Amino acid sequence: MKRTLLVALLSVALAACQTNESKTQPGANESGPLAINGAGATFPNPIYSKWFDEYQKSHPDVRINYQPIGSGGGIKQLTAQTVFFGASDGPMTDAQLKGAPAPILHFPTVLGGVVPVYNVPGVKQPLRFSGPVLATIYLGRITKWNHPAIAQLNPGVVLPATDIAVVHRSDGSGTTYIFCDFLSKVSPDFKEKVGVATSVNWPAGVGAKGNEGVSGLVQQTPGAIGYVELIYALQNKISYGPVQNKSGQFITASLDSVTAAAAGVTMPDDFRVSITDPAGADAYPIASFTWMLLYQHPADKARTKAIVDFMKWALADGQKFAPGLGYAPLPQPVVAKEMQALATVQ
Amino acid sequence: MKRSSDDRSFRIGTGAFAALVLLIVLGIAFELTRQSALSIAKFGLKFWTTSTWDPVSGDFGALPFIWGTLYSSILALLLATPIALGIAIFISELSPRVLRQPLAYLTELLAAIPSIVYGLWGVFVLVPIVRKLELATPAALKKIPLFNGPPLGVGMLAAALILAVMVIPFTSSVAREILKNVPSTQREAAYALGATRWEAIKVAIGFGKSGIIGAVMLGFGRALGETMAVTMVIGNSPQVSASLFKPQYTMAAVIANEFTEAADELYLHALIEIGLLLFIITVGVNLLSRMLIWSTKRRAVAPTIVTPIVAEEVAA
Repeated sequence: MKRTLLVALLSVALAACQTNESKTQPGANESGPLAINGAGATFPNPIYSKWFDEYQKSHPDVRINYQPIGSGGGIKQLTAQTVFFGASDGPMTDAQLKGAPAPILHFPTVLGGVVPVYNVPGVKQPLRFSGPVLATIYLGRITKWNHPAIAQLNPGVVLPATDIAVVHRSDGSGTTYIFCDFLSKVSPDFKEKVGVATSVNWPAGVGAKGNEGVSGLVQQTPGAIGYVELIYALQNKISYGPVQNKSGQFITASLDSVTAAAAGVTMPDDFRVSITDPAGADAYPIASFTWMLLYQHPADKARTKAIVDFMKWALADGQKFAPGLGYAPLPQPVVAKEMQALATVQ
Repeated sequence: MKRSSDDRSFRIGTGAFAALVLLIVLGIAFELTRQSALSIAKFGLKFWTTSTWDPVSGDFGALPFIWGTLYSSILALLLATPIALGIAIFISELSPRVLRQPLAYLTELLAAIPSIVYGLWGVFVLVPIVRKLELATPAALKKIPLFNGPPLGVGMLAAALILAVMVIPFTSSVAREILKNVPSTQREAAYALGATRWEAIKVAIGFGKSGIIGAVMLGFGRALGETMAVTMVIGNSPQVSASLFKPQYTMAAVIANEFTEAADELYLHALIEIGLLLFIITVGVNLLSRMLIWSTKRRAVAPTIVTPIVAEEVAA
């Protein structure tokens, strides 16, 4: 009885060893497609999934897997080299880059915008906002909808004396990062008291989980204001207000006005740039790139070539899938500059 | 000979499984401590008592989360316990025979609903009702700290209510089993002494007291760790407040919310230390309930002269 058990156990263990061995060397298995693993931001997951799908149709020898675990997780896993590429909604900090074992490059892939959504009973026309007013609301200092600062931006609109219910994201999110980045640029007070991160210490309001949580709470609560991704507002037909940009224009967020935000920025060589509050007259001020992160000189040359080929495709042909999914495509000069940088990845 | 060797291997095998439980608990405690070393070293005991939670400047204190977790769970316990015991007593003692099985089945079904579904129900049904309640609260009442706060719907009250609904099936199922196992001699003896139905039920409850306390504490443990449904309705705002209407935060919710995007080492360690605190508090609550059960058992043994042997069996 004991012996049979022992034999059975041993044979199971041996079998496990064998399958393990064959699994540890996927590259050696020439018959299957070349698997490339990545992880990171959730915001671009729909477009990335679409890209990997489409790309595999024309390149059956490459299979790219992406885990949308969040920007922070993506950076961590890339630094630990457990994935081949990462993705993030905020650029890596200098400290994070220094902590990585080898140089990492940033590649903008698409653009997203963040829009203010609100629920003010009795107001039919879109409400206009400005950066300083949004910052003061989120600092908890404007507490009524009929505050003079809001009225001044919206002449002719009868605003109710309703209390403002501030709603922000409770989960760490690139959306919060972009929103706070904009508010910090236009309000020194906000920069000092709150700052920029994927999660911040909000002085006012309630936190709701995800875009759906924020928009749900705003729609339910009379007097509420929140912020959601443009793609989410577009897909769910949520109305949102125009925001005043640097040149004083009130711009309603759209794919064009978000792309315009990226066009007005001088792009640094490492592509780590914030494009909130840009200069262009028709640029929407709360916008950002989302980035793919690659090691400049990975050890695995076959995968390196495959991912570079994919990136070239995504930045050229792939961009046409962006508008359909609610993302703003990259401006042409940015793509040209990225192509040059891609050539150094080898 | 063969039989005894089988006995031995059986003992070793099951013993190994039992040891595994101990190893897992110790392993969790060790790993949580190791992975929160940075935050433990930097904040020490201040982590328990300060209320700033600022990922930007790297300043972390867990007091609002500890408060929110305990406050929401205790409120839920206060709301759920009478209802759950009422259900248990009705099903096991008073219900007509035909209703007994369906009722028991339905309460157990409540326990099987995933917490995200409770959360959605909370967001779309419970929160608007709570908001109406808050709007209807007279201004005089709003001056009391307990009812002070904006009429948002989301907040401590919504969280406590949803937790109560989630806890009820656990407490009532276990309490029902306990009451079912009370030997019928107990009730018969009570009737023989001329007890009314209510008095006989009281005897049964008294007999199963330690088990019923265990059922209540099981519900409390469940409330402490509940994450998804609570984070959807509590408002996720770290503040220490006695108000039922104000948004607050719990330990499990902050971990679920912020863990994925936490890239900074100290930030991650602070989040894991919250996990460690939750672990410690859960262990503490369990110890407390053990002691409570133990003390009621000791008190119960002395007057139970009638059937001491049966009492031991059921309690054990």
